[in-house]
Amino acid sequence: MYRPEVMKRIAWNRDVFTFSRIVCALTIGFLLLPLLVLAAYSFNDSRTMSWTGFSTKWYEKLFSGSPDLWRAFRNSIVIAIGSGAVATAIGTLGAIGAARYRFRLRGYVQTIGFLPMILPEIIIGVSLSMFFAGIGLKLGLFTIFLAHVSFNLPFVFLLVSARMEEFDYSIVEAAYDLGANEIQTLTLVVLPTIMPGILSGFLTAVTLSLEDFVITFFVSGPGSTTLPLYIYSMIRYGVSPVINALSVLMIAGTALLAIPLRKFLKDFAVH
Amino acid sequence: MKRNLGNLYAGPMILWLTVFFTVPLLIIVGFSFLRKGLYGGVEWQASLDAWKAVGTPNLVAVTVKTFVVSMVATVITLALALPTGYRMARSKRQVLLLLLVIVPFWTNFLLRVFAWMVILGNNGFVNDILLRTGLVKSSLRLLNTQGAVLLVLVYVYLPYAILPLFSTIDKFDFTLLEAARDLGASKLQAIVRVLLPNIKGGIFAAFLFTFIPIFGAYAVPLLVGDMNSYMLGNFIADQLTKARNLPFTASLSLLVTFVTTIGILILMRLQAAPERSAEADAAIAADYAAANGNGGR
Repeated sequence: MYRPEVMKRIAWNRDVFTFSRIVCALTIGFLLLPLLVLAAYSFNDSRTMSWTGFSTKWYEKLFSGSPDLWRAFRNSIVIAIGSGAVATAIGTLGAIGAARYRFRLRGYVQTIGFLPMILPEIIIGVSLSMFFAGIGLKLGLFTIFLAHVSFNLPFVFLLVSARMEEFDYSIVEAAYDLGANEIQTLTLVVLPTIMPGILSGFLTAVTLSLEDFVITFFVSGPGSTTLPLYIYSMIRYGVSPVINALSVLMIAGTALLAIPLRKFLKDFAVH
Repeated sequence: MKRNLGNLYAGPMILWLTVFFTVPLLIIVGFSFLRKGLYGGVEWQASLDAWKAVGTPNLVAVTVKTFVVSMVATVITLALALPTGYRMARSKRQVLLLLLVIVPFWTNFLLRVFAWMVILGNNGFVNDILLRTGLVKSSLRLLNTQGAVLLVLVYVYLPYAILPLFSTIDKFDFTLLEAARDLGASKLQAIVRVLLPNIKGGIFAAFLFTFIPIFGAYAVPLLVGDMNSYMLGNFIADQLTKARNLPFTASLSLLVTFVTTIGILILMRLQAAPERSAEADAAIAADYAAANGNGGR
């Protein structure tokens, strides 16, 4: 079967650019090595880095002897889903508004929908921390939630806006002509059409929220530990091999998520 | 004539980000011109102390150092990412290679840093091997060094550079390289004179996605560095949480914001033809989200 893109690659591959092959192999090896080291040590019987024998005791301890970790995990999930949902609702409406209408604050919406993504995280964390202190809001799970909605919003806005660019407005006109009101047009025509963009916005928001450490660190208070904060305290104050076991499970979870999505990975990177 | 509902749709977003993004940034600007309170906080008295503190020799040194470290880490990252992205784009096993880059990228940031603490620690993987093979008598100090900070920064931000480079190179028409070869160019000439100018946008994007987060780095120097490898981000955090000097925290944060903004403006100037603005902004933002939006940082 003739496929032009394959032929193109075969044609060039006569002319092997070996330097790039070597660098690529080394780079990918470099990216994977630390994960493999963690995986190996998670099965080590000893607390130390010397190999003393195979054991699954750190996995047992992870599941039965780490209540704080699971509490942090639960906090993370609640905040991720909550902040993801709120950011998705607000960001989707914002993207629809900015794509369909010309209004005075449109430029402002596009700027605030873009700037928070490119400023270093520490700036967002520090400014929110001062803001919460200034208005006398006690730092805790609620301030983490507010911060997560704020840094997630621009990502949802961006992903839904990308979808709105391909939107065919004639179907909206058709809906109006057929007598649909604004709410019906929104819920029955616009939202279903851009649903893939909304879903990818929501998933991105959930992932970013689960992952965030720096901003969360500055807006968290006593008793409001999320999973990244818990991992941080484990790393900084007393390393137990339980963290190796946790790492392996999280890496495995990531891989399990990535493998069924592998057909979309390219669109994802190319987006 | 349909009614203009733009403000209604965008209203919640305008409100939310004004309260939780614009206002906090304005508070920072305001605080940077106030006097430090005795017990943390600020006194409502205009003062340039916080800005003068930014100009002290010690801080200028930290700023320069942060800039140099970010530059070196970014250049190393790009030097690895460019051939890698190129090879991935040309490979018949693109999906597998992407998977191998994305899995470490999606792995929790702190766990990736922790993995290097395990590898480089005094009783870590490398020292264990060195001691067992008798190459060294006592363990080497690998962790908590400037070198460790550089290594881990490169490690953490490599995917941020690989992914936009891959996506740009993937759209490149490789027959152009063969045309260049047929016309007598060497492989190197074909790469430098034909490929690189065509993927300029991807290179600039990769540069920024690496440089900006590294310039604001906080966790990496804290976990794998020592006092001498502290970066601006660590000074900001210390001023906020330890010294409780809010005006100084604010002026330092604005310094980082300025450098970041200048970087973005340069990128836009370099990347774009005369006619661009919102579109180019959106394209850059889209690339950034693609690199960032799967949970890196």
